[in-house]
Amino acid sequence: MVYGIGLAKGMSVTLKTLIGPAFTVQYPDRRVGVIGAARAYGMSTPGLIFKRPIKAIRAVLGFERVEVRPTQAARFRGNEFTWYEDRCTGCASCAKYCPLGIIKIVTLPGGTNVQEGESYAIDTFDIDTGRCMFCALCVEACPYDALHMGSSFERSNYQRMSLVLSKDDLIAQPKHPSTWFRPQMEDQDYSPFGETLDDIKKAGRHEMPSVEDLTQRWVEDRRTDVKDDSDEKAED
Amino acid sequence: MFRMRVTFDGEEVVDVEPIFGYLHRGSEKLAESRTYTQVVTLTDRMDYVSSMTNNLSYILSVEQLAGIEPAPRGVWLRMIAAELQRIASHLVAAGFFFQDLGALGTPLILTMREREQILELFERLCGARITASYMRPGGVFMDAPEDFWPALNRFLDDMPAHVDQFEELVSGNEIVQARCDGVAVVDSQTLIDASVTGPMLRASGVDWDLRHRQPYEYYDRVTFNRPLATASDNYARFIVRIHEIRESLGIIRQCIEQIEPGPVRPETVPALIRPPVGDSYVGTECPKGELGFYLVSDGGVAPYRCKVRAPSFINLTLLREMLIGDKLADMFVTFGSIDINMGEVDR
Amino acid sequence: MPSPFDSILYKYVYCTLSSTGDAECVGNGLFGGGLLPGGLEWLAFLLTAVIMVAAIINGVLGGVLLMIWGERRLLGRFQGRTGPNRWGPFGLLTPVADAVKTMFKEDVVPTVSDRFVFTLAPILMLFPALLIYAVIPFGAGTWMADINVALLFIIAIGGANVLAILAASLGSGNRYAMFSAMRAVAMLISYEIPLVISLIGVLMLSGSLSLVDIVDAQTIPFFIVQPLGFFVFLIASMAELNRTPFDVAEAESEIVAGYMTDYSSMKFGLFFLAEFAATIATSGVITAVFLGGWHGFDPIPSQFWFVAKMVAVLTVIVWIRASWPRLRIDQIMNFAWKALFELTLINLVVSGVLLLIWPSPSTTELWYMAGINWVVFLVSVYIFGRVLGPKHDPVRSGNFQDVTLSNSDAPALPAGGRD
Repeated sequence: MVYGIGLAKGMSVTLKTLIGPAFTVQYPDRRVGVIGAARAYGMSTPGLIFKRPIKAIRAVLGFERVEVRPTQAARFRGNEFTWYEDRCTGCASCAKYCPLGIIKIVTLPGGTNVQEGESYAIDTFDIDTGRCMFCALCVEACPYDALHMGSSFERSNYQRMSLVLSKDDLIAQPKHPSTWFRPQMEDQDYSPFGETLDDIKKAGRHEMPSVEDLTQRWVEDRRTDVKDDSDEKAED
Repeated sequence: MFRMRVTFDGEEVVDVEPIFGYLHRGSEKLAESRTYTQVVTLTDRMDYVSSMTNNLSYILSVEQLAGIEPAPRGVWLRMIAAELQRIASHLVAAGFFFQDLGALGTPLILTMREREQILELFERLCGARITASYMRPGGVFMDAPEDFWPALNRFLDDMPAHVDQFEELVSGNEIVQARCDGVAVVDSQTLIDASVTGPMLRASGVDWDLRHRQPYEYYDRVTFNRPLATASDNYARFIVRIHEIRESLGIIRQCIEQIEPGPVRPETVPALIRPPVGDSYVGTECPKGELGFYLVSDGGVAPYRCKVRAPSFINLTLLREMLIGDKLADMFVTFGSIDINMGEVDR
Repeated sequence: MPSPFDSILYKYVYCTLSSTGDAECVGNGLFGGGLLPGGLEWLAFLLTAVIMVAAIINGVLGGVLLMIWGERRLLGRFQGRTGPNRWGPFGLLTPVADAVKTMFKEDVVPTVSDRFVFTLAPILMLFPALLIYAVIPFGAGTWMADINVALLFIIAIGGANVLAILAASLGSGNRYAMFSAMRAVAMLISYEIPLVISLIGVLMLSGSLSLVDIVDAQTIPFFIVQPLGFFVFLIASMAELNRTPFDVAEAESEIVAGYMTDYSSMKFGLFFLAEFAATIATSGVITAVFLGGWHGFDPIPSQFWFVAKMVAVLTVIVWIRASWPRLRIDQIMNFAWKALFELTLINLVVSGVLLLIWPSPSTTELWYMAGINWVVFLVSVYIFGRVLGPKHDPVRSGNFQDVTLSNSDAPALPAGGRD
């Protein structure tokens, strides 16, 4: 074996990566040449040169940029939360379930649904996204499918205080709920990156088994040793 | 995040005093005030490079403590996620091993490119790339989406060629050979006495893999080999990991063949688990060694004590023996070959 | 004795500045622009020298800027990524951004340091790198000075970077700098010997130390005639430049930045500049001495050929940097003294013997010498590889990757162990 073959093999691998295409995903925009610019504007290359000559010259000289959206999954647990106020009852399960305790809910006696026992009116619903770890346990906890994870990640800010989403922020921001723990949304082929989903009724509810059902089955599973006695008793 | 106070004689190391604890976040104490499901988010962040296997180890311990029987489809999905995470962790280890050797990024970029594909698979599966929190007692959180399986198959088809390309770049390289051959050799008896596990132990010829010796989940229904090397030097520890990547690809293929449709989590598992009084320990094979969670329950919603047997911490105890006698340039290469994650050492 | 009028830069500038009746200009067939009156030829000479120096140094610094951009783009492409392409078209303004960043940083001088030596070191590093450009011929007639001891001048000046690294480390008073200085001094001094001796073969073939004469003597490029010399010179000059795989003096993962750790702002900028300037200068020397200088095909000007060959050498240097990890210092020293030194001596002896047989060789005789030299090159590299290469341990089955795949259920431990 000649001393140096391994070195030459290493150099051949780098030569192949030099000749091949780069796998960088450039974000937020990437420089395009003439052909890339034509494709981005939906024209053929000669069409771009004749109809938009300035853009073609800029592309050749290296100044033309095209915006890039990175690929995201539908279940991506994003930075902003999607909250549907008409479904939220102020039960504060999400606040209780959060490991960090960053959700602050203050409710007042409502005045609606007085016959059924009066629903809550939500006075404060703050989520501190500056300390949130986006584990989505709050989304898992919500029994009414009112809280969903969002889909964006480009929400940097200059002040920490503006990372605390107040109730008005949550109502005002565009609603792109992620499909995390919402299998009914996935069944409908919903993608969070298209239009906003302002009407949650379109997404449906995930039907969980009732509490009695769950308790009964949990108890039943654990009482396998006394099952035979109860069967005998039933037969009697 | 790791400090070593080293005494040199010229370029040769005479004494090493490792000082760590800079990343201590009190995870074990925090776990005492969180419910069993909330602790899953803590376990993600211990060994932040391989979060799925941390989740798995903890969840197995909870299931043993509470007596929960997991759903089969959930078990298969857990295995697929754990093996994918093993590949990702070994890619990180291999890439940074070469970064420490001075290769200025070419092997690192190649491994990170592969890891990027795995992290995208995780994003499809559970919405987050690194801190997954995917597993729950009884199975996993949600079933994999429809577009996960074609993406996984594409990954399995592309990966062997990339592993071969990486091996061609670095394996026969004479400079790598000269730097890593015979450096920081530890014999197997010392490793066993120091309770070292994982690829470090298998690089010295001891065929100890918990997936094979004490099978958990459905590892007894898949067949896989364990790569063993006898040299137990830096290069052996690295090459054992590369071969393990190939074995993990085989395990994932077998899991895809055997998985059946069904629920991923039994519906009888309540949201707040109150296990009976007792304790449990399940040791699992995480990419860095044996990871185990010793959970003690007093009947409440939070564990009374959660003690983590962190493999990086145990493997780190041998660092001093390995470094004494070697040169300055070998220090970081040896440290990289043990594959230590400070999040796990400090918790 | 070469005359300054051989250089076209000098000719045109001097004659434009000098008076119309200048004897030397008239004698060379050029009529002056006559900007200066009669007795001031010395002033014309002085101004010409200043203008030429300014032109060359600015050209060098422009070349360094291009090289910074080119190296980072090339390294990126070798690694499969794009490389910097944000600032300016194709990222060409990236070195400008680098320079502006470097200038705006705060200049921190550690208290435990020898201020004079600390400040002197970057200047000492940059100065020789720029001086080499005085003798490199960039094309037919395109040089600044054609001294007849040009190679000796280059080698003598190239030795000054040892002093600069030592001064930087001693001035810093930093343990990382001390490490890097000890390594760097040992390595640089050791590699100067193969560097010099590998040039002697070329020297004997061309009969002169002047770079212009060496280029003229290359009817076939000397890397074909003297492959061993080219190989050793390339490796030794990469070691002299502190480039991977020999960059132990500034190994990032081990000793932070080595001798440059305590430098910030423009002093660091000068080190950075000096390293790139030296790299380009060395590749220029390699092109002139081994690759045939400015010889090329006719309609394209000779300057283009020189620059193209220089860019090819630079690409190879960056390619090596992208592919291989770095060596340890004791391995570097072993390589210099056990391999390169012997190879250069073999080259010297063989070249001397061949020149005894064919003194002042013609082109066909050069081809014969090339053939014999290639055989010697391949055989000696093979023998040295076997003797010095990795040992094949029979216990480890002689294979570098002795990984076995176990699928057995046998007990884990070797016989006699606890299970």
